[in-house]
Amino acid sequence: MSTQSAPARLSRELIGALIVFALFAGLPILADAMGDTFVVFFTIRIMVFAIAAVSLSLILGYGAMVSFGHAAYLGLGAYCVAILAEHGIWDVTVSLPVTLAVCGLFALVTGAISLKTRGVYFIMITLAFGQMAYYTATSLSAYGGDDGLTMWGRTEILGSTALGDRTVFYYVVLGCLLTCYLLARMIVASRFGRVLQGAKQSEMRLRAIGIDPYAYRLIAYVIAGMMAGLAGALLANAAEFVSPAYMSWHRSGELIVMVVLGGLGSLLGAIVGAASFLVLEEVLSHFTEHWRLIFGPFLVLVVLFGRGGLISLLPGGRKNG
Amino acid sequence: MSATLFAVQTLNGLQLGILLFLIAAGLTLVFGVMDFINLAHGVQYMLGAYLAVAGYAITGTFWGAMLIALVGALVVGLLLEALIFRHLYDRDHLDQVLATFGVILFLNEAVKVIWGAAPLTLPMPDLLSGSIEIMDGLLYPVYRIALIVAGLAVAALLYVLVSKTRAGMLVRAGATNAPMVSALGVDIRRLFMLVFGFGTMLAGFAGILAAPILVVEPGMGDNLLILAFVVIVIGGIGSIRGAFLAALIVGLVDTLGRGFATDIAKLLLSPSAANDVGPAIASMLIYILMAGVLFFRPTGLFPVRGG
Repeated sequence: MSTQSAPARLSRELIGALIVFALFAGLPILADAMGDTFVVFFTIRIMVFAIAAVSLSLILGYGAMVSFGHAAYLGLGAYCVAILAEHGIWDVTVSLPVTLAVCGLFALVTGAISLKTRGVYFIMITLAFGQMAYYTATSLSAYGGDDGLTMWGRTEILGSTALGDRTVFYYVVLGCLLTCYLLARMIVASRFGRVLQGAKQSEMRLRAIGIDPYAYRLIAYVIAGMMAGLAGALLANAAEFVSPAYMSWHRSGELIVMVVLGGLGSLLGAIVGAASFLVLEEVLSHFTEHWRLIFGPFLVLVVLFGRGGLISLLPGGRKNG
Repeated sequence: MSATLFAVQTLNGLQLGILLFLIAAGLTLVFGVMDFINLAHGVQYMLGAYLAVAGYAITGTFWGAMLIALVGALVVGLLLEALIFRHLYDRDHLDQVLATFGVILFLNEAVKVIWGAAPLTLPMPDLLSGSIEIMDGLLYPVYRIALIVAGLAVAALLYVLVSKTRAGMLVRAGATNAPMVSALGVDIRRLFMLVFGFGTMLAGFAGILAAPILVVEPGMGDNLLILAFVVIVIGGIGSIRGAFLAALIVGLVDTLGRGFATDIAKLLLSPSAANDVGPAIASMLIYILMAGVLFFRPTGLFPVRGG
């Protein structure tokens, strides 16, 4: 728990958020000046995964729900967009509501079952649902099956193909990230969020004051699922391609890594964690194709010695006691 | 759906169930006694297979390869326990998931570096090659029958060890209430090392048995690991009996499902739709089974821990 007063923490997080989003906002200008297009594509990827990480952080960091199947929503969102596109429906006014509805519904049904269990059983049952989604995707032979499905373009906004422009798309993704971050912040600070965090600390005490956390957890789970679905829709647009690999359990593991790497219980940490993970992966894979040989032990060391995540390394960072 | 086909699929299902049991047994004990979630258990299975291939290159016989692989799997398992896992027992499940995920990434890649990404094979022992006729016109490979028999023998041995010996009694007691066992003066850490070492050897053994009939490739343990988790969750964490039963159920449901789902779907749907839906349903069956079991019995079929 934090030893600092709440306002001090809030302002620190605020400053951190301003810096992070200012960096994101300024990057395309810098990249254009340097004539480097790869950085822009790469940062889009970072921001997409940051949205997914923020959504996972919401349930993992604040609700102690260790979902090991979160990548399923990423894939589900991506497939919604790609399958609609395959049938000639490109417009965001259709694809976005459909994506959110499908992901929300999937989260509602699987969450209602999963949240009946606790601890390890919850980890395993979310994993099982993730695998179900994965195998469903691999068997969709009409939509590419194992090989995935190529989208020949990007989602349109009321008939306009503005998203095809790299810079426009970049800022749309950034806008989505900012919206999700602010939404998650509001949720955490609200009464709803306090119940969620209370249930994490002691479910018994919460029940004693007459609150059943089940419904709160379920709603948080659905919100997180929809957010990750949005990330998936953006991912499909960024890559103009979807594949079952988006939903593999390795991907779910990586999302957990991002959240914990950045710092549990910090939404900004999730963004920092996603960025660090992807940068590390990119740098290490330039260095050697066997980058996992380095990343695996690094992960072990982070768990063994690096409590509190990257966010606690920032100046004035909180020390977990 | 002829009787012969059904018999073959049932035997194949048993075989998968046996492999799953060998992996799940160690996993469920480690889980049950130390409350430690070890994702890296699947790579022990992979290592067993690779070490057997390496052992075969040295000794030239299947049995020599098996000996080398068993010892090698045990050494690697104990090394990992001493270096990393030991420091994670007091941590929460999330830390354990992450650290062992890191171990998976490392070992899968290390295997790729050492043996290459291409699939390898291990020849069957001469003694067990060939087929026998088990039904009219049904030839079944001897090796696969031997695999089932070996697995059942190990299961029987485990049953005797766990239910009749002093060490087994401590393991059962540890799974029910570890702090109490520790308070009664039992060195729970040493007990755990014993259980852990034994578990890694069983997973390695499964890898060796599977090597001649499946391909040996990096990441081959990952899918079986997930299945093994499904098994121990259905069976009830910490319960060997539950793991055995659940392993056979999962093995049979998965194999028979894959064998017949498309045919069954054809009864209800048009052939082309059935060809699409059948395989999807088949691969989801065990997860649906698991979700169903957890919905009605949130701690599995044979819960060990009270409360």
